[in-house]
Amino acid sequence: MKRYQNLILLALVAALVVIPLLIVKAPEPGPDGEEVEIFEGADNQAKDLITEIVPDYHPWAESLLEPPSGEIESLLFALQAALGAGFLGYWYGSSATRARLRQSGEKKA
Amino acid sequence: MHIMEGFLPVKHAIGWSIASAPFVAYGLYSVSKTIKEKPEQRMLLGVATAFTFVLSALKMPSVTGSCSHPTGTGLGAILFGPAAMAPIGAVVLLFQALLLAHGGITTLGANIFSMAIVGPFVAFGVYRLAKAAKLPFGVCIFLAAALGDLLTYVTTSVQLALAFPDPAGGFAASFAKFATVFAVTQIPLAISEGLLTVIVFNALSRFNPRELQELDVVESREVQA
Repeated sequence: MKRYQNLILLALVAALVVIPLLIVKAPEPGPDGEEVEIFEGADNQAKDLITEIVPDYHPWAESLLEPPSGEIESLLFALQAALGAGFLGYWYGSSATRARLRQSGEKKA
Repeated sequence: MHIMEGFLPVKHAIGWSIASAPFVAYGLYSVSKTIKEKPEQRMLLGVATAFTFVLSALKMPSVTGSCSHPTGTGLGAILFGPAAMAPIGAVVLLFQALLLAHGGITTLGANIFSMAIVGPFVAFGVYRLAKAAKLPFGVCIFLAAALGDLLTYVTTSVQLALAFPDPAGGFAASFAKFATVFAVTQIPLAISEGLLTVIVFNALSRFNPRELQELDVVESREVQA
């Protein structure tokens, strides 16, 4: 059980990601034929909600740099994740190797 | 949980920045003290930072039909105490504010407060409580990371409701609206973050049992060498 614990946990995370994709269906396009977007970012929804509560609110600052397209934005997000994942992989690999070397050293002794 | 650039009134933006600054300053002091006194823990500090980088980049779908991201701050808070995560979270938020137009400079203070201060403090507190209640190690980690994540988003909802009270229902009505957008969406993601944090701690207790004892995360008898 202990051996498979991490695999089971990973499978649960995968299920938590996949289930919403299966159960949430895009609503029918409105009368004007406009497609309703699903899986929009919650940050954007909050922005829309602010304009709904206070219609005359105007943001008083703008981002210095806006990614020129969705592609560039995903490039930067991928870079952020890759930096983190790269380090985690390095740590895991070096730790596992060290543990194995120590074990084989103990056997010889 | 990113409040967009310019989307907090000036007074609120300044207020949250002033509230966050001492935590980030003390966190920097505590991190540099850790590095100086126990250089062998630099690796784990890196792991905590890397975990936050990965998790806050992953925008995952939720049952509410919108997307949000976990925070990854629970891991480091359990390892190094909540203060250490303030500067680490601030670095991630600054990266996203400057390059990705996610969050912003004017809202940095408020975003640091929710993700890098409230989240880690909740995670740390829940971990200590769960441990005192003698819950199994994995359950303590799961509860700490998941609740830290969820409370981050509740904090964002409070911040926005304070800044934009509903004209009819006031703070409470506005909080209910923002919490529906943020906190409800976050529930499955918080569970994911809890599970992922347990996976990392399984590896930590296998590879770094001595560091976990030194950091007072576990008692010596809990780790089999």
